[in-house]
Amino acid sequence: MSLLEFSRGPMLHAALIIFVFGVLWRLVATILLSRRKRQSEPRNPVGKSAVGGAIAVGSRSWPHPEFIGRTAFGEAVGYGYHLGLFAIVLLGAPHVVFWKNLFGISATWWPTLPGGIVSILSIATIFLMLIATIRRMRHPVLRRISNFDDWFTLVILYALMLTGVMAVFGIGGRYEIILAAHIISFNALLIWFPFSKLMHAFYIFPSRFFNGYLHSRKGAAS
Amino acid sequence: MNESTRRERPTIGQILDQNGVGRRRFLKYCAGITALMAMPPGATRAFAQQLRAARRPTVIYMPFQECTGCLESLTRSFAPSLESLIFETISLDYNHTLQAAAGDAAEEARHEAMRDAWGEYILICDGSIPTKLNGQYGTSAGHSFIEQLREAAEGAAAIVAVGVCASYGGVGAAYPNPTGAVGISEIITDKPIINVPGCPPIPEVMTGTLISFLASGVPELDKHLRPKAFFGNTIHDRCYRRRFYDRGLFAESFDDEGARNGWCLYKLGCRGPTTYNACATIKWNGGTSWPVEAGHGCLGCSEPGFWDQGGFYEPVTAKLFRDSGQIAGAAAAGIAVGAAAALAANRRKKKLSAAADKETSS
Repeated sequence: MSLLEFSRGPMLHAALIIFVFGVLWRLVATILLSRRKRQSEPRNPVGKSAVGGAIAVGSRSWPHPEFIGRTAFGEAVGYGYHLGLFAIVLLGAPHVVFWKNLFGISATWWPTLPGGIVSILSIATIFLMLIATIRRMRHPVLRRISNFDDWFTLVILYALMLTGVMAVFGIGGRYEIILAAHIISFNALLIWFPFSKLMHAFYIFPSRFFNGYLHSRKGAAS
Repeated sequence: MNESTRRERPTIGQILDQNGVGRRRFLKYCAGITALMAMPPGATRAFAQQLRAARRPTVIYMPFQECTGCLESLTRSFAPSLESLIFETISLDYNHTLQAAAGDAAEEARHEAMRDAWGEYILICDGSIPTKLNGQYGTSAGHSFIEQLREAAEGAAAIVAVGVCASYGGVGAAYPNPTGAVGISEIITDKPIINVPGCPPIPEVMTGTLISFLASGVPELDKHLRPKAFFGNTIHDRCYRRRFYDRGLFAESFDDEGARNGWCLYKLGCRGPTTYNACATIKWNGGTSWPVEAGHGCLGCSEPGFWDQGGFYEPVTAKLFRDSGQIAGAAAAGIAVGAAAALAANRRKKKLSAAADKETSS
């Protein structure tokens, strides 16, 4: 069995099994945690509180006006590389073909970006990731709250991005080996995902919504 | 082997002179070969000198577990043609499909050729070698293919494995490989082996490899023992449809607008990105066309295990596993473990809360 066959075969299968198991474990355990019983009369009905939750999802996804001078750069870099990653993963032709095959769907409407644009986006994303990494290393607060989880996630992400770019530009060795390394990096990401801060992909919006909902709901009605 | 029993074999130059092949035609022939191998134009003269000086070699062509497709392909070589190869360059002393003799007479001819050129002949092998049941899945003239291969390989100067079956086992070795088929290099390990894979290989690659071996010995090989001159680039690297890949223009089916416009066949399962071969440059049928030009993706037939790389119409990144409920089982297990973890956490919380209440009241 070649490295490429291994990465597309048993390793991908095992990684998906671990990913599904781990993500559902974390999500179900969080959802079923008991909630504190509110003794006071709700301030707003459920529907209005849900609107409050939705507003919180939007407002907390944008820099707070009071701190915008200090946080805008970091948030811009963060948004930049996240959007870059999404565009590459969801619109790069080889990735779209991969997802369609993995989920067994035809989805002829699913558009793809030209390879040149994906290449530019990839290089820009790596550049933004580098800025974010340097900022994490130099920022006094970020440096102190970063742990193994953050650094290991970054190692996997860099491996994934660099092998992808190397495969596209035909550098660093034979294509099938680089492609195998790229898929192995993806498999590593799948395995690491449920047990790391990468779970923020699932938690971020529900937690913002729930916070906004609670703030709108609790307290006596006036 | 007694040296005196050997016939003194003429050089290729002598044969050419006897047949009245002029210098111009010979140099043109050599230029064709060196061009095929992407050698610099200046190398043609040296190549020609080496080829003229080489002794006309005895070639023994042994078919094993095969379909004769490789030989069919070889007989359609244009430059050099098989006829010119047989009459001018090599002495094909055994091939039971092409030769008139059959049965014991054919076997005797092979043994005589081997005796005469012991240690110097080129052995061409075609087809995989079945190894299960002591090789009894494939026998000829009362001997298993393994025995025949070992016997013929012993006196060979080098072995050229033509076709993906002789190179890596091919279709015979495809899952579940009932005959235990393997390539030549898994049986013979003490001789120089050149693999010329393909299903079938490009005829000019087969003849070009032979000629280059005669002129300058074993050529530079890659990790799969393929001549780098022919297998140094991927189909994708040299494909004329590559520009459509780069622009993100793909055929989505074999009869859509993309297919009619000649766009990239990546989404239709083309294995060009992971296949090393010369189809995109040398092409087939004397340079007429090749599979991708005819509208079908590359099948990857020059790669080891190409039969077991998923469906031919699935992309090169397609999953290579069959999930028979394991992922659904993992989902159910994840939900169960998550629920159990939440239950345990809630109980602990309740217990701690009760303990705190008790402490407060006391």
